[in-house]
Amino acid sequence: MSEVGATEPTGPNEAAAPEGPAPLYGCPVTERFGQRTVHADRSRYLALMEGLYKDGFEACIGVCGVDYLTHPGRDLPAGVEAERFEVVVELLSFSRKERLRVRCQVPAGDPVVPSLFDLWPGSEAHERETFDMFGIRFSDHPDLTRILMPEDWEGHPLRKDYAPAHVPVQFKEAPK
Amino acid sequence: MRRPAAPSRQEDALTDLLKAKTSEGAQEMGARENTTARELRSEIGGVLRLPEGVSLDPDDINYEAPDDETMILNLGPSHPSTHGVLRVMVEIRGEQVLRTKPVIGYLHTGMEKTGEELMYQQGATNVTRMDYLSPFFNELAYCLSVEKLAGIDVPERAGWIRMLMCELNRISSHLLWLATNGADLGALNMLVYGWRDRELLLSFFEKVTGLRMNHNYFRPGGVAADIPDGWRDDVAAICDTVLKRMDEYDNLLTGQPLLQNRMSGVGALDASTAVGLGLTGPLLRSTGVAYDVRRDFPYLYYDEVRFDVIVGTVGDCWDRFAIRFNEIRESVRIIRQVVKAMPNGDYRAQDKKVTPPPRNRINESMEALIHHFKLFTEGFRVAPGDAYVPVESPRGELGCYIVSDGTSRPYRLHVRAPSFANLQALAPMARGAFIPDVIACISSIDPVLGDVDR
Repeated sequence: MSEVGATEPTGPNEAAAPEGPAPLYGCPVTERFGQRTVHADRSRYLALMEGLYKDGFEACIGVCGVDYLTHPGRDLPAGVEAERFEVVVELLSFSRKERLRVRCQVPAGDPVVPSLFDLWPGSEAHERETFDMFGIRFSDHPDLTRILMPEDWEGHPLRKDYAPAHVPVQFKEAPK
Repeated sequence: MRRPAAPSRQEDALTDLLKAKTSEGAQEMGARENTTARELRSEIGGVLRLPEGVSLDPDDINYEAPDDETMILNLGPSHPSTHGVLRVMVEIRGEQVLRTKPVIGYLHTGMEKTGEELMYQQGATNVTRMDYLSPFFNELAYCLSVEKLAGIDVPERAGWIRMLMCELNRISSHLLWLATNGADLGALNMLVYGWRDRELLLSFFEKVTGLRMNHNYFRPGGVAADIPDGWRDDVAAICDTVLKRMDEYDNLLTGQPLLQNRMSGVGALDASTAVGLGLTGPLLRSTGVAYDVRRDFPYLYYDEVRFDVIVGTVGDCWDRFAIRFNEIRESVRIIRQVVKAMPNGDYRAQDKKVTPPPRNRINESMEALIHHFKLFTEGFRVAPGDAYVPVESPRGELGCYIVSDGTSRPYRLHVRAPSFANLQALAPMARGAFIPDVIACISSIDPVLGDVDR
């Protein structure tokens, strides 16, 4: 069993070599597979998003979360501290025909991120889903309730410490 | 016979249980005094994207209706016009809709969590069940994403086969939409015709993939099997029949004033609202924004075929009807070019890391057996990283975001479902409309609840 596509640099930070793409609003940018990603932390997140909105990214295509609990040693450019959660936002510019991904680090102890509702109202449902699945709260969100799970559900299912459940099957003839 | 004077305690408990089971609490639409101004604004479907320098004023929301003149009504979750288990709560005054809020999650099956448990080559089985009316697009987004992460080169023929199946799937999905849209608006004969024509495509899918739905036909590295002999005749017959039938439906539906009046001017959206809400697909194109992933961010071989992106001007249900109607014809145009251009060659990558050995090799070769066993017990590992690949599904942009941690299973699998995002358009579309218009609006969003809830 061997690894497919293992032509990546082996060092953790070699991908962010100095000749990489220029940073945006003080946030480092990486590029892979022709897809650009901006890495932000919470303090710079809202300023970055406002800047990108003014830059012509008219549409927020999606917001989702990732829980890096069991995969801590991921590649991140220098200057970005890895946290447990990430909020991943896909932006799209119709005028520039460009896509951009924003990955925002969210600490486990205080998982609160500013909502993008005022910039892109379409982020509302996506943020609700992220809250529902990961327990990441979005401050200033108009209606931060569960969207897919029932209201009285306990826990946030897509967290890595939320084990997939097994329903025990009791066969009639089996010894108790 | 003496009847009990009061309901027993057991009955009380049962009633309480039922109450608890049927409430979604804060997810539901509440009374106005319990709703914050921001939430109210999004339920009313007011101007969501405020102009520069304007802040939200809570008193600015204009609702002339006192609470005793309005009522909150549930549409769904079990009603044919809601296309599945969509529950829409509307506040109405008389027949007029004041506020709308979709309540979803009744079909949530945790497919993103399941996807983390399945190996990369098993994942297509899982995602194909999301948007069950366009399964090929789910598989395509997933496979393109895995291939991008793993650096798998897909043979040319596999790419063209994928394009062929996707465009046929777009036709079948739009035909079903025509059928259900007709049914929702009272043109019940269209329901029968639409299902009849879709059958034509489903039987071709069955011939190719073995299944009518949930095909699991696209796999990372190519497709599961080559298209069967005689496919050119089948596809040509399908194209001819569909085009002929579309002309008939033009007579039946497009020229019919009753249907026109039900749709024109209903559920109109403007471009800035549509862009702000992150809408894609026919819903966005109806407002005049010519955005089509196939043209703007070409994948497969869409840059080698000629087709038009159909756009509307008014953004009402009638525009969306026309767009879907003509997209069927555009798909036929693409399919005919695909049939002409279909190259010979492999239908899946000859990369032994991802492609299992052929079945007859397993009987005679020990190495092939070991290879097969290793691949299906351990899978193939994918280098760490993340990738998001969008495709243009019949409903809009369907994207698959995969994070790999270097093992043989996705660390995180997120599907950006077009129906999920497009459903947000319901509140602005239904504002001020009558209840039957809300049905027309739901129908023209064309949500597939498997896609919404995943």
